[in-house]
Amino acid sequence: MELRRIRADLHIHTCLSPCGELSMSPRTVVDRARAAGLDIVAVTDHNTTENAAAVIQAARGTGLAVLPGMEMTTAEEVHILGLFDPGTELGPFQAAVYRNLPDVPSKKKFVKDQVLVDAADYVTGFSPRCLFGATRFSVQEAVDLIHGHGGLAIACHVDRDSFSIVSQLGFIPPGLRLEAVEVSPRLTIAEAREAFGPFDPLPVVRFSDAHQPEEIGRATTDFLVASPNLEEIRMALAGEDGRRIIPS
Amino acid sequence: MKLSDLATRLDLKVYTAGTPLERPVLGGYASDLLSDVIGHGRKDDLWVTMQIHPNIVAVAVLKELAGIVLVNGREPAPETLQQAEREGVPVLGTRLGAFELVGRLYGLGVKGS
Repeated sequence: MELRRIRADLHIHTCLSPCGELSMSPRTVVDRARAAGLDIVAVTDHNTTENAAAVIQAARGTGLAVLPGMEMTTAEEVHILGLFDPGTELGPFQAAVYRNLPDVPSKKKFVKDQVLVDAADYVTGFSPRCLFGATRFSVQEAVDLIHGHGGLAIACHVDRDSFSIVSQLGFIPPGLRLEAVEVSPRLTIAEAREAFGPFDPLPVVRFSDAHQPEEIGRATTDFLVASPNLEEIRMALAGEDGRRIIPS
Repeated sequence: MKLSDLATRLDLKVYTAGTPLERPVLGGYASDLLSDVIGHGRKDDLWVTMQIHPNIVAVAVLKELAGIVLVNGREPAPETLQQAEREGVPVLGTRLGAFELVGRLYGLGVKGS
């Protein structure tokens, strides 16, 4: 099978995230992603997947691939990215996360509006949930839950001083079956390896963690794959069948 | 003061079996960020935290801490308990919050750097 280079930014928030700009609507995300030359993106709001379907629909016919995902907050206040195939029925996954979020209403004063939207950017509602809260899932339980729904689990922005598996737990627990670790846009992968060690045996990716449109594509990872989809990215992270990360 | 004396005076629950409670506690450190404890914890400190992940045992071993006290009634995860017993790291607990526990420890002469 012919392999080709694709450019991925698999950590993007929408207007549903408590810290996401209102302008992060499905059409804007798709337009900015295409303008940035991306082949595949993932919609990863804090503890919710509810805007992902709208972005997937908005991208239809554009050639941009969109994965549904979530940036889950664990009990240790570690952020773990869960990335899924668009065909996955995510209802049970989402329900498990909501059941394990604190039952504290979101305070408008400190968070943005948590806007639910459709594919044409119309507002369909506002999430009343405490999306910035930590779930009751341990890191291990979060990874298991993501894997249980066929997803990829990636530890987010491991170089940051907060919400990183390294800041919260000192080091990456041995035996935790992550597919990769992500470094934030503020460091290159080489700089991150120098600062934190090689992260072996885990592969390292770099995504934008965009909360506003200008940030989409500010950090990307290139993969050599047959096509831009979850299974190919899984194979590339595992280095299977010629699929791999292309060092930037 | 010895860990066993502190446990008695503050009514701390001892979760680990067979870990040394007779070692002296020379100071204390309170933090829920393990990276911070790696940076600032000192040998023979008693560590006050809410974190129950198995990595707390590794940090205690690395820094040669006297022991760990879990606050707010938090119980160690099963794997944390196993590792603590294997590594000889005492894990204790209290229903008190961190602020109250640290205040009482300070009153008994356990101080920070």
